[in-house]
Amino acid sequence: MNMILPASISAMPNGTTSMPNGTTRPQVRIVIVGHVDHGKSTLVGRLLHETGSLPEGKLEMLREVSARRGMPFEWSFLLDALQTERDQGITIDTTQIRFRTRSRDVVLIDAPGHAEFLRNMITGASQADGAVLIIDALEGVRDQTRRHGYLLHLLGIKQVAIVVNKMDRVDFGADRFREISDEISAHLTGLGVTPTAIIPISARDGDGVAEHTSRIGWYRGPTVVEALDALEPARPLEQLALRLPVQAIYKFDDRRIVAGRIESGRLSAGDEIVIMPAGKIAKIKTVESWPVTPLAGSHGAGRSVGITLDRELFIERGDIIAHAGATPRDTRRIRARIFWLHDKPLSKGDQILIRLGTRETRASVVAIEKAVDPGELSNEETTAIARNHVGEIDISLAQPIAADPYQENPRTGRLVIEVNGRIAGGGLVLSVDAGQRAVPIDIVPVESALRPEERSARYHHNGAVIWLTGLPGSGKSTLARALERRLFSRGGSPILLDGDTLRAGLNNDLGFSPQDRSENIRRLAEVATHLARNGHIAIVAAVSPSIADRAAARRIADTAFREVHVAAPAEVCESRDPKGHYAKARAGSLPSFTGITNDYQSPTACELKIDTSTRSVADATDAVEKMLAETGILFDELTDLAANI
Amino acid sequence: MHLLDNESGGPGLRPAAFTKASSVPKILADGALPAPSMDHLDELEAQSIYILREAFARLKKLALLWSLGKDSNVMIWLARKAFFGRAPFPALHVDTGKKFPEMYAFRDRFSKEWDLDLKVEPCPPIDAVDPTLPPAARSAARKTEGLKWALTKYGFDGLIAGIRRDEEATRAKERVFSPRGLEGGWDVRDQPPEFWDQFNASPPQGAHLRIHPILHWTEADIWAYTKRENIPIIPLYLAKDGKRYRSLGDQDITNPVASTASSIDEILTELDGTKVPERAGRALDHETEDAFERLRVAGYL
Repeated sequence: MNMILPASISAMPNGTTSMPNGTTRPQVRIVIVGHVDHGKSTLVGRLLHETGSLPEGKLEMLREVSARRGMPFEWSFLLDALQTERDQGITIDTTQIRFRTRSRDVVLIDAPGHAEFLRNMITGASQADGAVLIIDALEGVRDQTRRHGYLLHLLGIKQVAIVVNKMDRVDFGADRFREISDEISAHLTGLGVTPTAIIPISARDGDGVAEHTSRIGWYRGPTVVEALDALEPARPLEQLALRLPVQAIYKFDDRRIVAGRIESGRLSAGDEIVIMPAGKIAKIKTVESWPVTPLAGSHGAGRSVGITLDRELFIERGDIIAHAGATPRDTRRIRARIFWLHDKPLSKGDQILIRLGTRETRASVVAIEKAVDPGELSNEETTAIARNHVGEIDISLAQPIAADPYQENPRTGRLVIEVNGRIAGGGLVLSVDAGQRAVPIDIVPVESALRPEERSARYHHNGAVIWLTGLPGSGKSTLARALERRLFSRGGSPILLDGDTLRAGLNNDLGFSPQDRSENIRRLAEVATHLARNGHIAIVAAVSPSIADRAAARRIADTAFREVHVAAPAEVCESRDPKGHYAKARAGSLPSFTGITNDYQSPTACELKIDTSTRSVADATDAVEKMLAETGILFDELTDLAANI
Repeated sequence: MHLLDNESGGPGLRPAAFTKASSVPKILADGALPAPSMDHLDELEAQSIYILREAFARLKKLALLWSLGKDSNVMIWLARKAFFGRAPFPALHVDTGKKFPEMYAFRDRFSKEWDLDLKVEPCPPIDAVDPTLPPAARSAARKTEGLKWALTKYGFDGLIAGIRRDEEATRAKERVFSPRGLEGGWDVRDQPPEFWDQFNASPPQGAHLRIHPILHWTEADIWAYTKRENIPIIPLYLAKDGKRYRSLGDQDITNPVASTASSIDEILTELDGTKVPERAGRALDHETEDAFERLRVAGYL
């Protein structure tokens, strides 16, 4: 064998100040944005050339590629490396490329200007410390110029240099330059962004990129390279209050390690901390690491750490750790200014998924205001936020979360919105309404004296609403009773809510009209949800034929809802007829009976479907139990749940 | 077996480039910024650890693709840091059977020393691969096929891969969490937005995600970190008789580059001055203009 081993594992050099490749030089990430065809990729190609950063052979390859396509030499081919892009001549995705100026390592992010690809522009720009906004001297400020300017503001990028390109096309005229310079300054200043420089250039010929040429002799400001050199790497986060969003709790050995990245502030062993949104208090016992552990000293923003606490308490992914006296707010209501990237416009009432830090929660859009197209000059407001537009929204969250307004903390003051498992938008938290809930003003709900986790610890399950839907005679009640027995014998707290049983009391004012059926379902869902919130597993057995009614029940119970379709062929159900209803209905003495009138709407997206004509009761009960375990309702030990592993 | 000391390059080889870099603190001191408590490598490491932990929290069945090269060794090191000593998912080696003997020796030794859950998957014969690809690309595409087999066999929903943006232009376009189609393909034209370290981690049923924890690293970063952390390397990376490998692939389609760098320090010095691309020794990159991109769209790393 032939290999290289470290001299000794313990010899861990703790500084890299002497790295010969200069990796300790300050690194700034800069995104180049602007309207399509205004010359972003050309500027990048030119910058690489001027700073001597092109790999050997690349220039020749570019010449060849251009010649083969019968086109004049194109700088932009350098970045538009993908076949598809070369064919269409526009940048589809964001590309990163590095070069060095006198004092900086620069990571240039080239972002597409085409409106179709705004999601890629945002992906690129969100990683930047500063931006270069490029404008074609001939075309002037266009809709994507304005839109990108607006998005830089929404992404929190404050250092913006403006480049007026293609000055060769306007004979290097100082008047045209000033005209554009005034227009863009006005637009950006209105958004609270002050340009750090406005530079006339010709990316194709090189004027103004790395040197002043006589053709722009009237210009006294910095070149593009000098302007890039002046941009600062962003690093103020350590000065803010501690925010450590919890990524996971690991129990790989006898340590229980809370892992996450410090988004702002600092922490050390011994610190008193508060775990939000629950507000639980603990002390940091150790800061764990590998191969050397535990670590001494203070750890600041940007570090990925693992800590142990001085006491066992329930903590989970999504919680935010802060110092006492400087905690984020806990809330179920947030106002945000967002940009929208999804094809379907965002409307009032929409159900969405919010990600803030490491927390994810379902939410609904309560209100939409100031929805505009930031590319247009006139701000015409709409009631929905269309793709590539921006707006302000009020969001009601399914569970409390910890958050900050973005002015107080840029990291825990921003969120993304997911639709169907794909990021659809994002934005800044404008305000956080602590504890506000959508209830009538003179009702004061009294909270339980027990915390949910106290009950979970005893029952070894979380609260849930198991909604058994299906034709009369399909076996809902049989399955519900078997399930009740099963959950009870494993120490749980199941409670059966049978549709017919409740109709005998609570719901005895209701008949079988569609309105009465809806109200019947609403009351069942409310009662079941109350039980679930208090840690019980409510087993609802109800025909509940309408998809809309069941969807309403799901909205009420939210994440606790588990829909089970108890399915059996209609003939089988009728042959069972445990309550004699089919017989009566056939005889005409039971109008609106769902089994006969054929108005049962089968679920299209339920958590589980069970055919009781082919499976035994025990088998069906197993299936429900398995689903409950897989979807986070049942667990064996609390510590296992907390460990995420 | 002979053991080389990573430090054997000695302090005498510190290059002139560093003298230039040392003027940086002065420039910074003019501004209002405090001295950073993390250096560049610390930042890279923290970001990679964050990504690995996100992947572990959000996916059900992960594997780390271990190609035995310098990048995936750094990645394994990062995974051990992220999870406090041991990677909690398998290391998958999709084996073409044509690697260098030194690579197999490395694998057999360190899979044990690092306590890896090693899974070795063979690749199908060359006949099973798209015959319209140029020869070297076709050979490399075997690996893609082997990967598809492994995916089917184990049902992974996430594969952690050690690609980097600076390696190659198409890789520069990658997301950190990159969805793959049912066939393992990459839809370059419809990549989801990804920002603020919020990742798209819900692949459709049957599809999978590629996770790229070192996408933001450079070749020089990898070497500087390997040296700082004393991570073992395969000696083929160091110069012998005026040549060394910058990138290791299959024996028959990887060529050494001219070099005298016989230690990591010397490699770093060499990289500081070079303009030769890293994958210059990889035949498959140079066959046709778009061969590499075609491979990647089909699911190559």
